[in-house]
Amino acid sequence: MLRTLGEYVLLMFETFKRPDKGPVFRRQLLVEIIGLGIDSISIVAFISVFTGAIIAIQTAYNIDSPLIPLKMVGFTTRQMMILEFSPTVISLILAGKVGSRIASEIGSMRVTEQIDALRVMGVNPANFLILPKITASMLFNPVLIVFSMVVGILGGWVACIVTGLVPSVDFIEGLRGWFEPFTVTYAIIKTLVFAFIIASVSGFLGYNLKGGSVEVGKASTRAVVVSSILIILFDLILTQLLLV
Amino acid sequence: MIEIAKLSKSFGPHKVLTDINTFFEKGKTNLIIGQSGSGKTVLMKCCTGLVEPDEGQVSFDNRNFSSISEKKRREIRKEMGVLFQGGALFDSLTVEQNVMFPLNMFTDKSMEEKLDRVNFCLQRVNLQNVNQLYPSEISGGMMKRVAIARAISNSPNYLFCDEPNSGLDPKTAEVIDQLISEITLEYGITTVINTHDMNSVLQIGQRINFLYHGQLWWTGDKESILQTDNPELKDFVFSTELTRRLR
Ligand SMILES: Nc1ncnc2c1ncn2[C@@H]1O[C@H](COP(=O)(O)OP(=O)(O)OP(=O)(O)O)[C@@H](O)[C@H]1O
Ligand SMILES: [Mg+2]
Repeated sequence: MLRTLGEYVLLMFETFKRPDKGPVFRRQLLVEIIGLGIDSISIVAFISVFTGAIIAIQTAYNIDSPLIPLKMVGFTTRQMMILEFSPTVISLILAGKVGSRIASEIGSMRVTEQIDALRVMGVNPANFLILPKITASMLFNPVLIVFSMVVGILGGWVACIVTGLVPSVDFIEGLRGWFEPFTVTYAIIKTLVFAFIIASVSGFLGYNLKGGSVEVGKASTRAVVVSSILIILFDLILTQLLLV
Repeated sequence: MIEIAKLSKSFGPHKVLTDINTFFEKGKTNLIIGQSGSGKTVLMKCCTGLVEPDEGQVSFDNRNFSSISEKKRREIRKEMGVLFQGGALFDSLTVEQNVMFPLNMFTDKSMEEKLDRVNFCLQRVNLQNVNQLYPSEISGGMMKRVAIARAISNSPNYLFCDEPNSGLDPKTAEVIDQLISEITLEYGITTVINTHDMNSVLQIGQRINFLYHGQLWWTGDKESILQTDNPELKDFVFSTELTRRLR
């Protein structure tokens, strides 16, 4: 365990070096932004719309006291999306989608000696392969998360109108009330930490893989499990640090 | 010239290489031969630094390679071309991008110059009209040839080929052997080739190192190998009908 942690830290030192060639790095970065980020937009949109709708409907159903105004539905939907759902749950979903992709891509390069081929050419493989993935995730995941917030809230609003549970004006009033901009900052900070966890842990598990193609499958599963656990742990830690 | 001194390597209790002392000459095709499992690939990986030897030294033209940092090794590695036993082509890149890769990483050539060089290298390994294909779309022998083209694209000073012609038909195998020995002479490369193919040995074996159970058992050239009276080497050399008839 301690040994693994040490190997991870060493690999990160190797990863965070200046890239050999700027243009090559930028091209890799673009490829990763498309592969890891743009390709995830549809799943993020799908899940966010429905979750926003579900949160709104459930909140509306649970308000049966006339003392609680209906605008609370808009407020709750917004808070839930910004504080927890978009940064954490979407990051967990990205851990599944992006983490397994990174681990299996790098892992299969390991078993087919492509990483060794990079090394003997005089390239720093960790820097060449992992840095663009970490950078792309940290640049693009916040975009995905903000997008998820917007789409989720939209989903909640539409659901309220379609079901007729909450009038549009009430929902929007709740949406705009008691807004603290720091909640968004908090969400972005969480997202950045989670993005780093997903890309670096999955990269590490793929990079340090030993064995054959069976191990590639195992590494990609492990990447999802380990990064999900770490995301939840760091969610707790960051919430304590930032909100309390 | 590459020099190897007192090199040993074990994996756990399994001693793979024992006290290897030899050298590989510049402008010559230096062969490492031996049965499957005799340690050829491990010896080559000790030279390129992919395997850390337990003991011993490797040096490239009097530059120590064994006890230096990974960063300094990178500088020497930029002068190496390596052909892996399995090819190790980048499967997310096309044939053209594979061969161009070392040029992209280590030169400031223009796209036009790089393309010229890539096409030149592909031509030398007899590959045309495959530039835009991916490694998964070409045959095993073609992959091998692309890997050779990639290894030579940045004009290396040291060329390591692990079984360059295994899996190729006799005619293509000969073309590849010929190509490697030509460029070795032409550009004064220090070339090291692993092989267990007696055809190659007799064709391009200018300096032959015979490994037997991880020990350097015999060294010589393609003429002396047929006259040897070393029993283990004889056993290896004359193991096929063809070479037996030759005798
Ligand atoms: N990473 C490793 N871990 C443990 N043992 C290894 C490792 N690499 C090689 N070996 C062992 O070292 C011995 C020599 O292997 P090597 O690959 O050098 O053989 P070779 O001469 O290249 O054979 P071939 O002609 O089949 O390629 C084998 O017995 C192999 O099991
Ligand atoms: Mg071998």
